[in-house]
Amino acid sequence: MKIRSSRPVRYRSVAAVGAATAVLAAFTGVGGPASSAGAAGTTGVTSDSITIGATVPLTGPAAPGYSEIAPAMNAVFNWVNARGGVYGRKIHYIYLDDKYNPATTAKQTRKLVLTDHIFADVGSLGTPTDLAIQKYLHSEKVPHLFIESGCNCWSTPKYPETLGWQPPYTTTGKILGTYIKANFKDQKVGELYQDTEFGMDVMKGINLELPASQVVSKQTYVVTTLSGAMTTQMAALKAAGAQVVVMATIPAATALAILPAVKLGFHPQYVVDNVGADAPTVGPLLATFTTAATKTKLLAAAAKGLMNGVVTNAYLPPESTATNPWIKAESALLQKYTPTLWAKHGLDGNTEYGVVLAYTFVQALKAAGKDLTRTTLMNAINTKAKSFGAPGLVPLNYSKDVHYGFMGSQVVKLTASAGTYTTPSGTWPVAKAVSPVYVTTTGSGKVTVYKGTEPPVPSEVAKLTAAR
Amino acid sequence: MTTSVSPPPVGDLAPEPSALRRLARSAERLRLPRQPLVRNLIFFVLGGAFFYVVTVSVSAYNDFQIGEIALYAVVLAGLSLLTGLNGQFSLGQGAFMIIGAYALALLQTHAPMNLALELVIATLVAAAAGVVVGLPAARLSPPYLAGVTLLLALGLPQLADQYGSVFGGEQGLTTTTPTAPGSISAEQWLAWIQIFCAMVVVLLLANLVRSRFGRNFRAVRDDEVAASVSGIHVARTKVLAFAISAGCAGLGGALLALSTGVVNVGEFPLSLSIALLAAMVLGGAGSLIGIWWGAVALVYMPTWSTSLSKHLSLGTSAAAYLSDAIFGAVLIVVILVAPTGVQGGVRWVLRRLWVAAVGQQNLRQATDGGERGEERT
Repeated sequence: MKIRSSRPVRYRSVAAVGAATAVLAAFTGVGGPASSAGAAGTTGVTSDSITIGATVPLTGPAAPGYSEIAPAMNAVFNWVNARGGVYGRKIHYIYLDDKYNPATTAKQTRKLVLTDHIFADVGSLGTPTDLAIQKYLHSEKVPHLFIESGCNCWSTPKYPETLGWQPPYTTTGKILGTYIKANFKDQKVGELYQDTEFGMDVMKGINLELPASQVVSKQTYVVTTLSGAMTTQMAALKAAGAQVVVMATIPAATALAILPAVKLGFHPQYVVDNVGADAPTVGPLLATFTTAATKTKLLAAAAKGLMNGVVTNAYLPPESTATNPWIKAESALLQKYTPTLWAKHGLDGNTEYGVVLAYTFVQALKAAGKDLTRTTLMNAINTKAKSFGAPGLVPLNYSKDVHYGFMGSQVVKLTASAGTYTTPSGTWPVAKAVSPVYVTTTGSGKVTVYKGTEPPVPSEVAKLTAAR
Repeated sequence: MTTSVSPPPVGDLAPEPSALRRLARSAERLRLPRQPLVRNLIFFVLGGAFFYVVTVSVSAYNDFQIGEIALYAVVLAGLSLLTGLNGQFSLGQGAFMIIGAYALALLQTHAPMNLALELVIATLVAAAAGVVVGLPAARLSPPYLAGVTLLLALGLPQLADQYGSVFGGEQGLTTTTPTAPGSISAEQWLAWIQIFCAMVVVLLLANLVRSRFGRNFRAVRDDEVAASVSGIHVARTKVLAFAISAGCAGLGGALLALSTGVVNVGEFPLSLSIALLAAMVLGGAGSLIGIWWGAVALVYMPTWSTSLSKHLSLGTSAAAYLSDAIFGAVLIVVILVAPTGVQGGVRWVLRRLWVAAVGQQNLRQATDGGERGEERT
């Protein structure tokens, strides 16, 4: 009896597996492998199109600010496409959300490569995230261009397709260190940095330039638990008598450090690495945190003003210099070709970042010529990057051996008395240059003054003008 | 979700009562061996054949996703056993995934050996961590245990940051992607490795469930005092269940590390641990078939919600949270409609069909068998 009664169950399980089979097959789209490569020749390139992709944080903890970059790149691509593309090829940019989770980056990148058949990965964001796809992109021979990270880890002969975009963190540290040494000679310096490669590499650069005796206190924070005001760290810096506080912090951390210092009556000179010093990005955070802490909006406006006086460094023309023709053109591009983004953010550190990066990629495509392959593109970047004429205070440095774009920057001070500029998020002090433009290396090489000037604005870009 | 589940069998069985009855009769004649091991081995072979056919006929990207389904199935299998069979809750499976993933990466960096051996060691390391956490936790009632495991999921990532020289800090450690033999694509080969691991885990657990240990798990779940009086060592049984689930999570983490090629704590946010618990409940706690529904949901829900939000032309931020919202909504609907998860719902539908096919007379037998079947699957 028992034997009989259990038979239906077995059948049912078989049916369940059958149902699962059918459904799973439907989900995964059984029906033969997808065809690889579009037209004959290079993957992702046809006679009238170029498909490129990227993984960026559109949501999650890293999204505020950083989620603007990829959409801003489309301002340039839309403009180029409206003018007929590059050699008749229109650029399709597919950016997917990875929530800054490397496992998701790995998955989304496989989607880009295997189902969207991208020609190149352009402008993917983050150090751990890009490290997760570096080896894979190399094995597929996909160019891994203009990584939005300043990690000192992108330049290796093992991965010829990998090119970083931002100045390596050590170089910006060395340049800020040089400035501190020259201008705050006998003052006590305190350090506050993120307890990851980013923070440690910036401080490595600072400490290469600064005498060890000048540093009175070193404080860190853990980014995964970054939530509350950093009162402990700021109190320690105050107790150590720091007159200058140099920080390698992400935007939220900059705000969470400056606010408790005010409460403690601690007003040092802040020197903040460019990653966490963009006024239109940090300012609103200062206001939000103040409102949250005081349960009133009274002090929010005052909090926004705390960015005034901060010293930082810039490698792109600062977005506050309204007279700069590049800045005018960037604003015009955003306003005309990505109006929603423009209405929300205007030209801030993130949208400018995206526009310049995309413009550089377009210049690279032009330099690669009509016969576009992955090899011609990499060759063009490695041999002609200096002549791309992309906006930047120093020329692009790419070569077969060096996979970093900008190897220098200029120290600037956010100075309200020198003028202000307005974005949808508020009114901000302009960045006033307080040092020459410096160039240096990632190692112990000297910091030297760069004598060249910004590349001139080409006529088709100069024609773009817009009200700010 | 629920609608897409039921149609296939209906379509197969719908034609007309007499044909249906004939089909049922012939199905009744199709006897499977009673021995759990032999029967489970048959399922193992059938499942393997099914996955082989699917993986060779889809694209490389789909292979990658099927591999992901398999690795999440490994994690969910352990969790399902822990909750469904032993009545314990864990909000910290992500932490054990971290342990497995780092164990694999450290092995591959410092003492590379055969991949199978590396995976076994990674599993054992995570299981050992499960014993360590489980020992004090066995004295806690479920809500407190959930708290302890939650702390683990929150705290463990800090350790990797703190000891950067060993664990590689934010950048983490790299793993070696297994080289595919012959002309097989890397994605397909990886998927096969992951599927094989999942099948082995499910096979082992399916046998375990039918063994003395499985009965002890259930006895402890149902009534600790009664179990204790019957001579079952309650604490030891709970720790064993916890260690097995931790081992499964560790293996899943190691398999994820193979997929990604890099191990760092960013891959295992707290939300992953919570999503795993939700997916397990969605599939049906305690069901080794149900875990596959959960795993499919984990892997495909983000993709579906992205295409849905494109149809609705939502903004990017709204689109991103749509996935979580849909997941939550589906979970609520499933719990209301089928409290035993998707698999419970499927079973209910199939039972109805069976009654329609063979008549009321056999209902009691079918139900009787069904209850025992629930324990098995």
